[in-house]
This record gives sequence, C-alpha cells and structure tokens, in this order.
Amino acid sequence: MAKTKFLVSRYNAARDTKPYLQEFKLEIPQGATLLDCINLIKWTQDGTLTYRMSCRSAICGSCSMKVNGHARLACKTQAAEAVIDGAITIEPMGNSPLIRDLVVDLEPFFDSIDRVKPFLVPDDSKQWKRETLQSHDDYRKIEDASTCIMCASCWSDCNVLGVDPRFLGPAALAKAQRFVYDSRDNETRDRIEFLSRTTGMWDCTHCAECATRCPTDAKPLFRIKELRTAAMTYKITDNNGARHVLAFRESVGGFLPGVGGGGLLNENYVPIRSVGFFNLDGILSLIPVGIRMIIRGKNPPILPHIIDKIGEVRAMFRRFNDYRKEYRK
Amino acid sequence: MRKHDVVIVGAGLAGLRAALELAGKVDVAVVSKVYPSRSHSGAAQGGVAAAMANESDDSPELHMYDTVKGSDYLGDQDAIEIMTRDAPITITEMEHLGCVFSRDGEGRIAQREFGGHSKPRACYAADRTGHALLHTLYEQSFKYKKDITFYNEWYLLDLIYQDGSARGVVVMDMKTGDIEVIHAKAVLFGTGGYGRAYKITSNAFANTGDGIMATYRAGLPLEDMEFVQFHPTGLYQQGILMSEAARGEGGYLLNGNMERFMERYAKSRMELAPRDIVSRAEQTEINEGRGAGPKKDFIYVDLRHLGREKILEKLPQIRQLAIDFLGIDCIDHPIPIQPTAHYSMGGIPASKDCEVYRDEKGTIVKGFYAAGECSCISVHGANRLGTNSLLDATVFGRRAGKSILNYVVGAQHEPVNEAEVKRKARKRIDDLLYTPSTESANDIRNELKGTMTNHVGVYRTKDGLATAHKKLKELQGRFTKVRVEDKGKVFNTEIIEALELSNMLTYSELIIAGAEARTESRGAHARVDFPKRDDVNWMKHTMASADADGAIQLKYKPVVVTKHQPEERKY
Ligand SMILES: Cc1cc2nc3c(=O)[nH]c(=O)nc-3n(C[C@H](O)[C@H](O)[C@H](O)COP(=O)(O)OP(=O)(O)OC[C@H]3O[C@@H](n4cnc5c(N)ncnc54)[C@H](O)[C@@H]3O)c2cc1C
Ligand code: SF4
Ligand code: SF4
Ligand code: FES
Repeated sequence: MAKTKFLVSRYNAARDTKPYLQEFKLEIPQGATLLDCINLIKWTQDGTLTYRMSCRSAICGSCSMKVNGHARLACKTQAAEAVIDGAITIEPMGNSPLIRDLVVDLEPFFDSIDRVKPFLVPDDSKQWKRETLQSHDDYRKIEDASTCIMCASCWSDCNVLGVDPRFLGPAALAKAQRFVYDSRDNETRDRIEFLSRTTGMWDCTHCAECATRCPTDAKPLFRIKELRTAAMTYKITDNNGARHVLAFRESVGGFLPGVGGGGLLNENYVPIRSVGFFNLDGILSLIPVGIRMIIRGKNPPILPHIIDKIGEVRAMFRRFNDYRKEYRK
Repeated sequence: MRKHDVVIVGAGLAGLRAALELAGKVDVAVVSKVYPSRSHSGAAQGGVAAAMANESDDSPELHMYDTVKGSDYLGDQDAIEIMTRDAPITITEMEHLGCVFSRDGEGRIAQREFGGHSKPRACYAADRTGHALLHTLYEQSFKYKKDITFYNEWYLLDLIYQDGSARGVVVMDMKTGDIEVIHAKAVLFGTGGYGRAYKITSNAFANTGDGIMATYRAGLPLEDMEFVQFHPTGLYQQGILMSEAARGEGGYLLNGNMERFMERYAKSRMELAPRDIVSRAEQTEINEGRGAGPKKDFIYVDLRHLGREKILEKLPQIRQLAIDFLGIDCIDHPIPIQPTAHYSMGGIPASKDCEVYRDEKGTIVKGFYAAGECSCISVHGANRLGTNSLLDATVFGRRAGKSILNYVVGAQHEPVNEAEVKRKARKRIDDLLYTPSTESANDIRNELKGTMTNHVGVYRTKDGLATAHKKLKELQGRFTKVRVEDKGKVFNTEIIEALELSNMLTYSELIIAGAEARTESRGAHARVDFPKRDDVNWMKHTMASADADGAIQLKYKPVVVTKHQPEERKY
C-alpha cells in the first residue's frame, strides 16, 4: 500500500511564532484508527509530536482534533476513511488557545460547563432511604445528554463561539438540558431563566455543527431545541431570544403583512423585532454582531429568501401553538 | 511548596468520591494526570453491583458469598463483608447525587445478570455505567469547586515517605514542566490499575500503575501483583472491551465450529461463569484448534438472537465499538473476540479503612491511604467478579474519605526536605533526557507487551515465566539507554510516556516474580504445571518489596477468613 501524507499542525511557543503544517509519511496499517497512526508517527518518527489521548475507545474524550478541518475523535476515526487525495490534515481544535502542537487549553471549555450549575439540585427536604423513582420515559429525556464525554468537539467547531466567546456553547447547553429535563431536579425554572439570558440558549444560530461533530448521542443542537421548548412551556419569554422565536413565528407564519409572510424569512427583520422595536439601545447593540457577521461572511442575505422545508417549520409552529393553548388552560 | 490538609492523587471514582467526603471539611487537593472526566472509570460499561433486590430477592450476605467464592477464597472476608453491606447505600447515594441510571418498570434502578453473581445485581446505565458514575462525581466537583483544589494534568512523580509516615507528593505540572511539592497531612492514592503492560488489553493508555510504583519506590510492599484478570471478551487484536453485559443480556460464546462450548466448562452458569473460568475455556478452545478465523485464534460473541431493539436499547455502546473498530454490526454478525488483560487485583496493601500497610504484619503507614483499583484491600482476591470494582472504588473511596477525616483533625504537617525530594525526582527525569541514548522506547514497550501477553497471560508455566523474567531483565537494561527526543518543558508527553514505561518494566517483574513463586492455580493465576488450588500452602497473600539492593523480596500474609471456609469452586 502507498504511504499516506499526514499534514500535522505543529507549534512550540519556545521556537515558533505561529503554527505550521509538517508532513509525515506513513503506510496506514489495516484497520488502524487515526490515533493508531499518530501514535506510530510519534513512536517511530518524531517523539516530540504532542497530543492528548487515553482510553482509545471513544469514551474518555481526550483525543479530539481537527481532521481535514472538522473536529473528530482520532480514536474513533478509521484512518483510511479520512484520506483525501492521498493526505490527511490534522490540526488542533478551534475556539481554544493553543498550548502546543495538537494540545489546546481546555480551561475555557470546562469553565463554560461550570457556568450552567452542572449538578443535580434535588428536593432535599425529603428524607430518603431508597433511590428516587424515575420512570423509563423520564430517564429517556435525559439519557442522550448524559452520554456527553466532554471531548469539546462541538465547542471547537461552533460558529457562534467564533464570533462571541461569551456564548455558553453547545456542550454546556447540552449539560444544562440534562438537568432542566431531569424529573429529580428542583430548580428547573431558575435554570431556564438563567439559560434564557444573552449568551445562553437563544444565541445559538442552529448551524448544526455541534450535532454533526458530536461523537455521542448528546448532539447539543437537539438539546438546545429542547431547552427552548422548555422555555416556552414555562413561558419564560421575556427575553430577546424568546421574542425572536415569536417574531420568527410571525414572520414565517405570515401574520405580519408586508414583512414576509408566505414562507419568506426576513432575517434582517427578526433580530430587530427580537430586541423590541422601541428598544433603541438594544437595536444599537446588534450592530457589532452584524458587523462581525459580515466580516466572517456569515451575514444573512439582504433579500428575504424562502427557507428550506417551510412545511416542516410551519408544522412546528402549529404544534407550538397547540402547545401554548394547551398550556394556557 | 504547596500545602493542603489532604492530597488525593487520582480523579477516578475512588479519588473523586473521597474528595466529596472531605470537601468543605478540610482543605483538600486532587491531582490527576488527565482531566477528571477522562479517568479510566469512565470506560466501565456493564454495571455496578449492589444487593438492591429490585429485580429479585437478594441480600448483602449472598453478595458476600458470591464474592468470596468468585475470589477463589483469596479475598479478605472482613473487607468483603463491608463492601457488600455498604453497597446499597452507596449506590442509592450516587442516585441522589444525580447519577443517570437505567430504570425498571417501577422506576427503580434497573439491574441485570452478571458473571459469578447468583442474582441480577448489576445496577446499570445502559452500557456506560462507569461513565454515568464518574460524570456524576465530576458534576459534584463543580458544586464543591471552592472547597477542592484541582491540579488537572499534573503528573505524580514520587510519594514523600519518611520514617513511617507519608507527607505529600512530588508532582509535575504538565503545562509548564515544573516540578513541585504538595505537602499534606494525609495522602490518598486512587491512581487506578496496571493492565497496560499487556499487548492485548482493555485498559487506557493511562493505566500504567504510576501510584503503585511510587509506593514501591518509596520502599513499601505491594500485594498479590501476580493476579491480573483477563476478560473473556476483548475485541479481536484490539483488546477493547465488549462488556460482560453482552453475555448478561443473553449473548452466546461460540468457537470456530459455532458450538456453545461453555457447556463443557461450566454447565450451570454457561457464559455467565466467572471471568477466569470463561477466559481459560476460550484459551483452551483456541489452543486445541477450535478457534475461529483463518488462524483459528479467536472466539465469537454472538448477539444476533437478542434482536435489534434489545441491542439498541441495552448495548448501544458496544455495538458502536465493534462498528468503529472492526466494521462489524453485531445485529447481523457475531463479533470476533479474545481474552484481554483487564483488571489488576493486586496493588497497594490497605486495611478496610484504606490505611496502607507497610509490612506483612499489618503495621500501618501514618497518613497514607489507598482506594480503588490501585489498592489491594483485598476484596477481589484471586479473581474479581464483574461489577464489583466500580463498587469497590465507590465504597472504599467513601470510606477513605471518612477515615482520612478522622485522622487529619488531630494531625500535623510533618517536615519535608523540599530541595532533596525535588532533586531526586529531577534526577530521574534528567537521566532519561541526557544520558547517551540508543534504545527506542517503542521497541522496548512492544517487546514488553508481547512478552507479558504470551508468557504471563491466561495460562502460565514455569518455563514461560522464566523466559519472561529473563526478557524483563534485558528490557530493564536497555531502558537505561532509552532515547527521549523531546527536551522541551511544555506538555512533554514523551517524557511522561518514558516514566510510564519505566513503571511498567518494574511492576511487570513483580507480576512475574509472584507468579513464579505461586506454585498453584487460583482464580486468575493459572499454572499449567500446578493445575490445582493448594489451600494448605497458598491461602496467603503475596507481599513484594525491594530489598536494600533493589532485588525483589517476597513475603506472605494470611487471608482473613470469617464466614466461609474454602470449598471447591463449581459453577
Ligand atoms: C474497559 C473497562 C470496563 C470496565 N467495566 C467495569 C464494569 O462494568 N463494572 C465494574 O465494576 N468495573 C469495571 N471496570 C473496572 C473499573 O472501571 C475500574 O476498576 C475502576 O473504575 C477504577 O477506578 P479508580 O478510581 O480506582 O481508578 P481510575 O478511574 O482508573 O482513575 C485513576 C486516576 O488516577 C490518575 N492517575 C494515575 N496515574 C497518575 C499520575 N502519575 N499522576 C497523576 N494522576 C494519576 C488518573 O488521572 C485517574 O484520574 C472496567 C474496566 C475497564 C478497563
Ligand atoms: S447549532 Fe448552535 S450551539 Fe451548535 S454549533 Fe451551531 S451555533 Fe453552536
Ligand atoms: S456534546 Fe458531544 S461533542 Fe460536545 S463535548 Fe459532549 S460529547 Fe463532545
Ligand atoms: S482516546 Fe479517549 S476518546 Fe479517544
């Protein structure tokens, strides 16, 4: 078999001003994971190559790195499948300060988890002798989020974190969902209120990077959607994000004539409606975000466009409306 | 020099559970070479044992009997009694701390069958039980973040032990490469197991017995090192674990002729006999030419008859592992497996309150504690039952916390010669970095692992062990000239790996020495040339230490027998 080119990002602060790609050549052994290959390079070609790893079975979350531009667990990736035109490009995770080669500083990531009060707050007024009962259905509501292995792949590739480092980020929000939906937790409302503030659940732009990169069932985007549903259920809507949804509903649902009914989503209108038409400070505060998004090429098109799958979105809103009616009873 | 009341090395179940017990009461620090959530406890799949009696009648007494029998009567029965008695409350507590357990129809913690347990006793979270428990404790550590100081990605170099007391640890901050001393009134090791010295192993790269070796280097003895458990279902050639839950849920083991061969070895328990018995049965099938595959060197675990739904609900993780690593979906195909080094029964000898012993007479080291897989308390004896080690780590982590709390209240920081202990640690690293070097660490490591799997594995013989011992001496010699290219300070993983290799080379010799001396077969230690258990001569624990010249010295200590006299072990 021909040798594969491994283009590996190297950086040593003592020597380099910025990271660069170094080329290694290796014949990929049959069935080898990317981690196996990187180990082979370290152990037989260059002992100074630096990265994290431990379990080598996709459960400890140590070995996430960017493979051909996207965060992945090296130990869960078959090397042969990652080859593009005879090469694999390996770089450190994004949205994190670089320490050395493929090792990034994880403190900002773990701090984000800390911000969501990531532990159960049970009702401790009750004495217990046995376990708290929890139905299988209630268990199912938190099972997916509970599979998170803290690998930070989602954090690495999240688009919002790239423009706003204050954003809680996908993993913390997934962690939060695990407690908001836990039938044993006693602080559901407080949690949702906290998560509804700026930098919280409403700041996610649904880019779906996190759900695509996540190696487990935690899939943050879906957990964020569940958090938003909870916010609506608890009627915690007095904030920009929730107003955004209401505005979105008006826009897509065609309730506001002339502003883009009939499936036209006016993304330039929605943010303004979300902070409130009469909230001048709020509107001004959007400008930096707009500018930053333009700089990054992520600004929405000026002309309203027909969003994909409008039928599904409408159905969602119908359900949401029914839900609200139900709730008001 | 940093100062805390208590320093805990290890942030797995044992270390974190102890930290939780101490948080807010004394000044406690936790040192871990990986972020806590990455500790190997998180890889545990199948379950944690406790006689909750949710699925059938059960009792701690029965759990105790199963454990004693499973240990092939080498387990200390006083400690086993405590573990099985405290199991239900400890697991219930974990549930109240937020652990996400699978549930039964009544909403209680679900329980399943496991090898060697006579009742469905394994509480579980699908097939990621260790992950669920570890993350629960990790979550709690955020709650107590003001009360616990975490040194994440700091590497333990040495234990500071002097005149009968432990006084702290010498550690390296991996981010800066700086060597520091953490001075403490009490030290707890929860540093995990030593299964990494084998070629086929289920263990993480981190399981290199660092804590055990720091203890040994300090001149203290280690107990029962020859007892290494081989798990019957490691992924073929990878060793990655396919949880015993696969068999607990009803999976079959098949040889190359597609026969359920366990019928010939353990007629009543079949696939759910204890691990030592199943691993030997597999190895016998392979050795006698009935293995599967072109080389007839593996066995199948077959789950197809369980059906798609059950596999997806109860065994999602192992299905994914077989897909990721072998490209095989167990819904449609049997999975190739082989015995894999899995668990370290031996370790740092400790009392049932986790106090470390400094000799075979039971003299205690002041201020030094051990819990979890690095310890040998000994609740697993010659063979651990599945799901008993998450329990061991949690129960004894909790007990260690309580016992340390009692101790530190009246204790002092005893003097430490900072410069001297640092100099010693520095020298060990400088020797690796700056002595003329020609040997490849990779070659030494591969030869070590091959030797251990081939000669010190499921079956052992006098000649095989002698060959292995000779090889070990050669490898230790070559290691003194090992090459470390990376001279940098920041996150130097090459130096860490070299230190880990040096640990593996030392403890592997202890495994071999203990196995050579033990002329009987008991639990996981199976001597082809001594196939019978010998209760007259060998109802005793091995205590290995280094004599003044560094040579291995073996002494022995009796087993604690309270309720159950040794009987023949039949399943
Ligand atoms: C694949 C697999 C599956 C398993 N499944 C089960 C199961 O289903 N049920 C069951 O009961 N048991 C199971 N076990 C066994 C069980 O997981 C372990 O015995 C148990 O988790 C050990 O916990 P611990 O706290 O002692 O150590 P670990 O969780 O291994 O933690 C060790 C800690 O020590 C730290 N450490 C080590 N060396 C150093 C150093 N030099 N410097 C600083 N820190 C250091 C590490 O960073 C880590 O935090 C399984 C084991 C494996 C390998
Ligand atoms: S979907 Fe939201 S949280 Fe996930 S990556 Fe995109 S912006 Fe970030
Ligand atoms: S949510 Fe997924 S990608 Fe993000 S840290 Fe958890 S496991 Fe990793
Ligand atoms: S090494 Fe643990 S997730 Fe890859």
